[in-house]
Amino acid sequence: MTLDILDRVSFDDDGFMVDASAWTEDIGQAIAEALEVNLTDRHWQVINFVRSDFEESGEPPTLRRITQQTDVSMKEMYQLFPDGPAKIAANIAGLKKPTGCI
Amino acid sequence: MAKPSRALHQSSGTNGRRKLALVASKGSLDMAYPPLILANAARMSGIDVEMFFTFWGLDIITKKKMDKLNVATVGNPNMHPWFGIPTLLGALPGMSAAASWMMRGEIKKLGFPRVPEFIKLVIDAGANVYGCKMSMDMMKLTEDDLVDGATVLGAMEFMDLTDGAQIVFV
Repeated sequence: MTLDILDRVSFDDDGFMVDASAWTEDIGQAIAEALEVNLTDRHWQVINFVRSDFEESGEPPTLRRITQQTDVSMKEMYQLFPDGPAKIAANIAGLKKPTGCI
Repeated sequence: MAKPSRALHQSSGTNGRRKLALVASKGSLDMAYPPLILANAARMSGIDVEMFFTFWGLDIITKKKMDKLNVATVGNPNMHPWFGIPTLLGALPGMSAAASWMMRGEIKKLGFPRVPEFIKLVIDAGANVYGCKMSMDMMKLTEDDLVDGATVLGAMEFMDLTDGAQIVFV
């Protein structure tokens, strides 16, 4: 049921949202479900930071930046998003795929 | 256009999950970063990583040496274009220290951590880090000399661990 919301959203070939401004928390929740991530408060803390940082810089933050600017450690980031912390967080946050290599 | 799915984020290899094996055999500052950057990039892409540090590469994970790696200014074919130091002048005292200082500055500008922090980062990211047993015996090192989280491993055991992995030798 919740996945239906994604039918009305545009994604690129890698499954990242085309228009970050169209994102809502419900869309984020639905993307997380599609990625098999159960969102907790700690996930949301990362997602909210990723979105606010993107609004300032226009680029999804690197993983290193996330761990430096929040109290989430590198280890915890991999526990929260085992399939690849920076890109999964950006994906759920409705942003484009991050390109930074650190 | 593709709807988000977990499969899009999972890098699968021929034997299931993709795995990268990195062999680091050189201990100069300029040769320490490539394996670390590749290991980190692989983990960020959800790929399993096994790292084998052998011969001079051991310096990268040896507590007493890891923060003092230098760039060689003699016999390093990349020296001239990047640093503008002619090979003959590279032999002068202090040249290697100056080039190392310069490179550390450039690395810092890019936002990359120094070697000790970078090693901790890849270990925290879930990469497995091993010191080559034979090289350690040769250099009279024990596991206590290695950075926390690194373990000693024989080359044959490394072969067992990296079955089906893609191997990169640095």
